[in-house]
Amino acid sequence: MAREGGQQHKPTRKTSEDELPPDEASSEDAAERKGKLDDDVDAILDDIDGVLETNAEEFVRGFVQKGGQ
Amino acid sequence: MTVRRIMGTETEFGISVLGTPTANPMLASSQVVNGYASRTARTRRARWDFEEESPLRDARGFDLTRAAADASQLTDDDVGLANLILTNGARLYVDHAHPEYATPECTNPLDVVRWDKAGEQIITTAAGNVDIPGQNPIVLYKNNTDNKGASYGSHENYLMRRSTPFADIVRHLTPFFVTRQIVCGAGRVGIGQDGRTHGFQVSQRADFFEVEVGLETTLKRPIINTRDEPHADPEKYRRLHVIVGDANLSEISCYLKVGTTSLVLAMIEDGALSDDLAVDGPVTQLHEVSHDPRLNHKVGLKDGRKLTALDIQEYYLEQARAYVEGRAGGDSDDQTTDVLDRWGSVLDKLRRDPFECRRELDWVAKLALLESYRDRDGLEWDDPKLALVDLQYSDLRPQKGLYARLVARGQIDRLLRDDEIDAAVAAPPDDTRAYFRGRCLAQYAERIAAASWDSVIFDIPGRDSLQRIPTMEPTRGTKAHVGDLLDRCRTAEELFAALTS
Repeated sequence: MAREGGQQHKPTRKTSEDELPPDEASSEDAAERKGKLDDDVDAILDDIDGVLETNAEEFVRGFVQKGGQ
Repeated sequence: MTVRRIMGTETEFGISVLGTPTANPMLASSQVVNGYASRTARTRRARWDFEEESPLRDARGFDLTRAAADASQLTDDDVGLANLILTNGARLYVDHAHPEYATPECTNPLDVVRWDKAGEQIITTAAGNVDIPGQNPIVLYKNNTDNKGASYGSHENYLMRRSTPFADIVRHLTPFFVTRQIVCGAGRVGIGQDGRTHGFQVSQRADFFEVEVGLETTLKRPIINTRDEPHADPEKYRRLHVIVGDANLSEISCYLKVGTTSLVLAMIEDGALSDDLAVDGPVTQLHEVSHDPRLNHKVGLKDGRKLTALDIQEYYLEQARAYVEGRAGGDSDDQTTDVLDRWGSVLDKLRRDPFECRRELDWVAKLALLESYRDRDGLEWDDPKLALVDLQYSDLRPQKGLYARLVARGQIDRLLRDDEIDAAVAAPPDDTRAYFRGRCLAQYAERIAAASWDSVIFDIPGRDSLQRIPTMEPTRGTKAHVGDLLDRCRTAEELFAALTS
């Protein structure tokens, strides 16, 4: 079900390694690339941390809409 | 044999006044629309002309009586809510408790994306112009639910041949609509209409659909909506009003949503689909497909087969490839080829690993971001931070919206350049009647009393009555057709004289 489905998908940066052709994916390269991808993901999350509304629970609770079409 | 047809989208935006959950959303929505009006201030504001509107006409061939209709279905009653016609041919107005933007009529999927994205800019500008002393800023969201039981729509419109039997549309479109969300879903944290079950699902809208076919759009929402209001010659055309889609931020999601749907409609019109993939319990299956982001769920068909959403989408793709190859002999137009290629590429990636689509598809981009947070911070699906990421993905403010942040960081693939979208804020498409409407609004605003999809009404000095120019044929009034005339006529009087001579 959805809950399990969501939890099955583990971080995207790990799946990206699978795209490497086998001859390039020496453990050293892979480790290097993984390090870079981790840095990318961290940088993205840092950026988003900086813009996320501060009190998540209160903000989400306050988003109430009337139904539309 | 092409993705090309007259089509467009309508989006109801989520709206809130920051830090003020008790704010009146109808008032805030009016402020937004009027915010755009004040920016484009003219001596006169054209009214919307409701003469040809018939929201209670049903594609199955009968009219719902007004007494039997819910008040929310009466959209043609001008109750004085803000309502603008723009120079790009679009309509910006208040629908129920949401500001809504309807694109001008377009002829191809890329133009739909272009004018849909222009709408995001228009409504963001409008909200930014609202300056009420003592009131916090208004924030708009391009999403479809508040996760508390309310949903608001993002609709698509496709002009079809009237001669196509509606039963064929229902039969062949239902399995397609149950499954196309794996391509064009926007992703959602929360399961069920009020999101009470924790988890991620593919679609914003899926859980709000309760019946297979029907006229309603605000209650008991149907997978196939039968509203039959062509805004064109009803003998020749029907307008298929699609309410089952999500609002997309991703250009590729939106492009494939309208491109693949238009192709499937072309096959239905030409009788090119023979196999019957009738789904057993399509409403439940719509929900189940959405609830399975791993894409393993098997959809039961009435003939006993069990196919995944990917299997069903691949069936439609193969049919479309054979259809285009057979009819066009490999000589299809560029966008048709591109839609087929991208559709195939996305389905291949989804089959290998859905996360390969995180630069292309909304639901995957959102899920990838959520999983990164879960991984870094050890969050469970009930954590409010994940619900916030879901909500803020669709925040239209460039500095706050997470989709916008991903684009700014080069994490999302695009189809359009910024300047192409910027131009569509003011200019209409060249190749539909929206061209005539938009240019009339740009050139003769002070002489236009009202306008709508199928008319422009002039108030010409020296004439007692208003003069209505019908625009019932969506493929006329193009640049090729009236461009020179509009260039030549500096005043509405000159235009009217030329049109009636």
